[in-house]
Amino acid sequence: MKFGVGQPVRRVEDKRFITGRGRYVADHAVPGQAHAAIVSSPHAHARILGLDVSAAAAAPGVLAVLTGADVLADGLGGIPPLFMPQNAQGPFGYRTLRPILIPDIVRAVGERVAMVIAETPAQARDAADLIEVDYEPLDAVVTLEAAVAEGAPAVWPDCPGNVSFSLTHGDPAATDAAFAKAAVTVALRLENNRIIANAMEPRAALGLYDAADETYTLYATSQNPHGFKEMIARDVLGIPATRLRVIAPDVGGGFGAKADCYPEDALVLWAARRVGRPVKWVGTRSEGLMGDNHGRDQLVHAELAADAEGRVLAVRARALHAIGAYHFSAGVAPLLYSLRYIPGVYAIDTVDLETRAVFTHTSPLGVYRGAGRPEAIYVIERLMDELATRLGISPVDVRRRNFVPPARMPYKTQTGAVYDTGEFEALFDKALALADWDGFDARRSESEARGRLRGRSVAYYIEHAGIYNDRMEIRFDPTGSATILAGTHSHGQGHATAFAQLVSEQLGIPFEAIGYIQGDTDKVMIGRGTYAARSSLIGGSALKLAGDKIIEKGRRIAAWKLGVEPDEITFDAGMFVARSTNRSMHMTEVAIASFQARGVPEEFALGLSAAATYSGDVPNYPNGCHVCEVEIDPETGAVELAAYAVVDDVGVVINPMIVEGQVHGGLAQGIGQALLEHIVYDPDSGQLVTGTFNDYCMPRADNLGPLAMAHHNVPCLTNPIGVKGCGESGAIGAPPAIMNAILDALRPLGVAHLDMPATPSRVWAAIAAARRAAA
Amino acid sequence: MAHVELTVNGRAHRLACEDRTLLVTLLRDALGLTGTHIGCDTSQCGACVVHVDGRAVKSCTMLAAQASGSAVTTIEGLADGERLHPLQAAFREHHGLQCGYCTPGMIMSGVDIIRRHEGVLDEHIVREELEGNICRCTGYYNIVKAILAAAEDYPESAAPLKAEPARV
Repeated sequence: MKFGVGQPVRRVEDKRFITGRGRYVADHAVPGQAHAAIVSSPHAHARILGLDVSAAAAAPGVLAVLTGADVLADGLGGIPPLFMPQNAQGPFGYRTLRPILIPDIVRAVGERVAMVIAETPAQARDAADLIEVDYEPLDAVVTLEAAVAEGAPAVWPDCPGNVSFSLTHGDPAATDAAFAKAAVTVALRLENNRIIANAMEPRAALGLYDAADETYTLYATSQNPHGFKEMIARDVLGIPATRLRVIAPDVGGGFGAKADCYPEDALVLWAARRVGRPVKWVGTRSEGLMGDNHGRDQLVHAELAADAEGRVLAVRARALHAIGAYHFSAGVAPLLYSLRYIPGVYAIDTVDLETRAVFTHTSPLGVYRGAGRPEAIYVIERLMDELATRLGISPVDVRRRNFVPPARMPYKTQTGAVYDTGEFEALFDKALALADWDGFDARRSESEARGRLRGRSVAYYIEHAGIYNDRMEIRFDPTGSATILAGTHSHGQGHATAFAQLVSEQLGIPFEAIGYIQGDTDKVMIGRGTYAARSSLIGGSALKLAGDKIIEKGRRIAAWKLGVEPDEITFDAGMFVARSTNRSMHMTEVAIASFQARGVPEEFALGLSAAATYSGDVPNYPNGCHVCEVEIDPETGAVELAAYAVVDDVGVVINPMIVEGQVHGGLAQGIGQALLEHIVYDPDSGQLVTGTFNDYCMPRADNLGPLAMAHHNVPCLTNPIGVKGCGESGAIGAPPAIMNAILDALRPLGVAHLDMPATPSRVWAAIAAARRAAA
Repeated sequence: MAHVELTVNGRAHRLACEDRTLLVTLLRDALGLTGTHIGCDTSQCGACVVHVDGRAVKSCTMLAAQASGSAVTTIEGLADGERLHPLQAAFREHHGLQCGYCTPGMIMSGVDIIRRHEGVLDEHIVREELEGNICRCTGYYNIVKAILAAAEDYPESAAPLKAEPARV
């Protein structure tokens, strides 16, 4: 089937993007719109003593200047975190409420202090620069170890020590016993570097207010418009949600950072009401680097105990995870997953894991591609290589001795995950073959002949894909074509294509005629958007269930039209066939009949549509293997990816072209984390050092190298369509693969450890230090 | 105020704007050509690449006034009506885009790369040449493929399908 499941169907959404006709938030212009600029805090921690807006208010074109005092005067609420551990029977954490403009104390560089609304963007920016804020700088703390040190400045006075909560897994006593009897133990101190999503479209917001019926409309750069609506209406504006419509039009990437609303999303709505004009704010990249949610920023002391053959007996980890100045968005999720997936794909019977949520004077932690799974897999995969090194066995053998075998599926980890499927060793062997693992020596000799060091690694990831329920609807129209109304939200993932493939195949209707609607809270009843690799599982499964309902109703309609009993009707490839006769009707004809102006039995109700919900309570477990070879110039420390192979198990594939693209993108972000990217705050001043693309190194085309890809797909058993997620896998597998390959190249020189990002200067310094030590 | 006269996608325009107005701002806000995007504020990302007198330019690095007297082509002017430019078609065929935000700049840069190398490209050249364009979705793998594929259609792929108009 040309457009069926499993086909690399070219994307239906592409035409508008390749011709410049995409419509992102910043591209929307509404009559009378005014423009907003934000005044950001230049201090990591400071008390606002005074704010002089008089010059700004008098500047050309200025319509209004709004401050934290105005927010308080208008009785607006703050933005709470999406959830806290206590909302899920977890420990009690220190809950924060983030004001949309800060009235008193700023707790990070980039906090929003005031907003100027003017006739043009330039006038708003000019006037914003005229606002004088009198700050009393206070001591700030931006790094994890400093934040938990004795006497550290408190981000929140009633949370001394800066620890909001701790999460734990496992059995400390059993772990101590396992370590006591172990033949070998290894320990690592690992930094998982603070990074940022940096979707190419900076965040933007356009707010409209209709004074006549007191309704608001927000155009938002959102992965989750219904979530924005709920939070802004309930928590910030305090209005019935019926008065707010949120539209997420074309959205230029999200990667988690656009999953939940930010202060500006509420500010433009409030400002639109205050000035009586639509208000548009378009963030700059610098504002994004300062003020978007960040990801990772975790410090782990990890230990592993094994027997003499390298079978893992226990893992212990003590982690600190920086949550920034506020609990914000789903920032608790990375902590949860960073522990739960430490066992990875290995049969580890004993664990003792703990992480602490630590406030720092920085932009908040959010969810970023992988959200905790990259942290977890980084810990176990670094430990596995450390163990192999200690025992003098290969990284292949140490993994082989510890895989959970297919015979033990479903397998419950000590951290509570239940893997339904997974052929880890078979997939592993496929990856080793694809990478020509055994031919490495020749390639290393060749590199060495050119004065380069060559190292290799093999890393295995598993991840948790899918969360929360969602609702999908299929709605036919009187001409017999169907539209999908999606609760999920595509911002690059190609849902308009992949979901239409599913529906076309199930219902046997023409792919080209299927419509697709998403991202508008007035059109879609409810949805939770797209993140956490959830949409194939939950959106796809809900669509399948909605399709089942369509077929069931279609069967009754066909029976009515064909004059037989419904149980005599069979359905296959779009045709309803009356078994006892040779009569049949196509789905399209049935749909048209359902809309007849006369004669439709009342119990059918008019038209043909169905909505279905799929619960995301049982996730799926995509997994796979990355084999990496690096070449290092010892004179400059530059690391080149000389060869890279990826084999994934993503279950049933709806569109292999889209899946491959998702793996590519995740991989590039994982490569970025390992080699290039780092959000750096100056530890003394709390200033953001990496505030532009000059300083924050994004992966370029020439940072990536050759790539071989293959699949070893095992259909998932716990969902009706057999899919596993694919959006996050690359970002999870790449960091440990690359770091382990670099260490493999450098260990002969005496380099035992490196943290991410492995920039040339860090690699060069490590080589130089090792040479000095050896001299 | 600056007075700017230029042709954009074959149409002549005469506009007044603030002296400091960037070409990208003029294209987007004054002319409504929102296919040209802004992805950074330091001229690194390349989402704003257009052609000025046939050469790729980051339209955020150029004042609108500097473009006066020039012929500008944006992503909206690359195809010939409904007939896609070979590089546009290659981006779709090879899945060279996901969210689409960097895509206009990538395509405009790609056409320029094909032109400057007269269609003779290899993967290494394309990767090096794309230094000034950032994509966060695709890992560049399929963008490189698309540009290499369209280079096969040289010389048609080396310029907009409709000939550049005469200078004003």
